[in-house]
Amino acid sequence: MLEIKNIKRAGSDTLESLFIEEGKIKGWNLSETATDTIDGKGATVAPALIELHAHLREPGQEQKEDLASGLAAAAAGGYGTVVSMPNTSPVVDDPAIVASLIQKAEKLGFARLKPSAALTRGQKGETLADLSALKDAGAVMFTDDGRTNENANVLRRGMEYASGLGLLVSVHAEDATLRQDGVMNEGVVSHELGLPGNPAAAEAARVARDVEIALLTGARLHIQHLSTGRALEIVRQGKKAGAPVTCEVCPHHLTLTDEALRSFDALYKVAPPLRTQTDAELLLAGLLDGTVDCLATDHAPHTQAEKEKDLLEAPFGIPSIEVAFPLMYTHLVKTGKLSLEKLLDLFTAGCAKVMAWEVPTLEEGAVADVVLLDLDNAKAVDPKAFKSKAKFSPWAGEELYGWPVLTLVAGKVAFQG
Amino acid sequence: MGTGVKHLLDFQGWSVEALQGILDTADVMKEVLERPVKKVPALQGITVCTAFFENSTRTRTSFELAARRMSADVLTFAAGASSLSKGESLRDTIETLNAYKVDAFIVRHHASGAAHQVAKFSGKSTINAGDGRRAHPTQALLDAYTMLKEFGRIEGLKVTIVGDILHSRVARSNAELLDLLGADVTLCGPATLLPKELAKGRVKVTTDLQAAVKDADVVMSLRLQQERMNGGFLPSMSEYALTYQVNEKLLERAKDHAIVLHPGPMNRDLEISGSLADSARSRIIAQVEYGQAIRMSVLYHLLVGKK
Ligand SMILES: [Zn+2]
Repeated sequence: MLEIKNIKRAGSDTLESLFIEEGKIKGWNLSETATDTIDGKGATVAPALIELHAHLREPGQEQKEDLASGLAAAAAGGYGTVVSMPNTSPVVDDPAIVASLIQKAEKLGFARLKPSAALTRGQKGETLADLSALKDAGAVMFTDDGRTNENANVLRRGMEYASGLGLLVSVHAEDATLRQDGVMNEGVVSHELGLPGNPAAAEAARVARDVEIALLTGARLHIQHLSTGRALEIVRQGKKAGAPVTCEVCPHHLTLTDEALRSFDALYKVAPPLRTQTDAELLLAGLLDGTVDCLATDHAPHTQAEKEKDLLEAPFGIPSIEVAFPLMYTHLVKTGKLSLEKLLDLFTAGCAKVMAWEVPTLEEGAVADVVLLDLDNAKAVDPKAFKSKAKFSPWAGEELYGWPVLTLVAGKVAFQG
Repeated sequence: MGTGVKHLLDFQGWSVEALQGILDTADVMKEVLERPVKKVPALQGITVCTAFFENSTRTRTSFELAARRMSADVLTFAAGASSLSKGESLRDTIETLNAYKVDAFIVRHHASGAAHQVAKFSGKSTINAGDGRRAHPTQALLDAYTMLKEFGRIEGLKVTIVGDILHSRVARSNAELLDLLGADVTLCGPATLLPKELAKGRVKVTTDLQAAVKDADVVMSLRLQQERMNGGFLPSMSEYALTYQVNEKLLERAKDHAIVLHPGPMNRDLEISGSLADSARSRIIAQVEYGQAIRMSVLYHLLVGKK
């Protein structure tokens, strides 16, 4: 039995002890003696975080990231479970790939991997992948993320089929014909900088279409990385109308704006793009009123050399899985915009509800996926120390609170800081 | 002398005085170019690298000649002709060139912001010779210099720039510079090629060409890229010529002394009528000539005393 002593539950100042046995929570403040003891030194304990949107790049792009580096990075970020995206090379549209990813991840002992699989073959948006075989192999969700679902009818059929399997479809909601070759938000900044813009309307228009398909089919739809206030408003209306729609927001869209592109640093090139301050504020309002169901990172590692290309050529994506919680805690909780409980909910229960998984708790009998968070001491973001292969960050050098100091997955140490 | 500024990437951070200094020194350089021996030793021992990731023989020739006339050594790099830069990051290419002990980079690139990246990666004095849609500051300086030679002032001039504003670094740089120097700039073109967001300070935008040219002192026509039609920006080239061509008839609305500029190369009888380009109003050849003097002046201000 393992005892984690001197820890606090969120919102409490009392030091307590959590007991874990055989991968499950045994109870609180038991009188039994443990074989192992970890001193929490006053850290705050919570269920381990859940990531619904990470690019782990395996198979095929291991120079950017692989399961070992990506899942170690996730554990260091406080995550116990990670849903990986299928836009790898080859695409995860084959049950054998799903099975091999799960097998490999199990041996690593970092965060738990729950792969998503492609909705369509090759993510081409034309023909549905073998969805039930993919589910049997262990896929937990279907998505063509990385690509946009241009054919509305294919998406409709995919959602209907997936809902018959009890799984959801998640979408990168952007109208590619409106997005064109945009590399940043279309607006004052893009026009001043002379960079091709991606209008907010590309997202809103596509979200409107997809919410209608959810209403039509009654099938669950999850909208990834919402970046605009307009699209969020459409989701809000859709939810009111009874559409079975959920959505996520990423830390970079809450903390950065298109003004960052004035540096001409491709580090800030991300899809969907960084928007305006108004959008960031509207997204925050969406967190507060419950329109946003969860926070997801869209962790998108690339090599340094790729990010040092020019802005047209550099790939999209910001690696963030190791800083997401401290970043949100510092920006939202420390500033009084959000309660700690609400933030933890967006990183844990909110994600579980989207997936229709059991809501994680620290009660007796629950799986011992646990994180300890140091809320009292600030530490600067040091990309060189990242476990991810992508050792760069828009927040490099920023002093943040809320760093994970211990992550347990099924009672085993996956990360210790 | 010297401006105290290390790079010419765009006009941000530049003072009116520093810009005036460049325009003043261009007079001296123009005088050098009129001598039998068109060479001064100002940049002796300095190596300038023209790093052209996008082809432009005109601009590269103008810069290289300007550098040589000031006795600089010139290292020429053209991405198209080189195995370097293929699949390599911009940083790697620049670091390789930097290893040849280059003192300054003159950069042309198809991506906005590339000149900023070169300045950052190389740590050397960097001149933007055109980056994507962003900026082409020496072109704007030579345009301003042409206006100055014509009217003796920039302040209060009404300058109308016509054409594909959206994709034009020349329009952006001219708007930035002329606004700083006190001119009234109007950007004009079809709505698909005219970002409203560029209206700022004295800079106005309008789709109404007739109104835009009324009482103008300077009318600048921009080159229209044929691929804009494939991009769906325009119904047809003839439709464009019908509505936005700069020609003699249009110039009747401008001031009597109005001059016509074009950054070249021209599509004659598309964005500008051939006869107007050859007329007494045209200063298109003068622009090329002044370009030499301006680029010598810029090199002088950025590099002399920096070695
Ligand atoms: Zn995406």
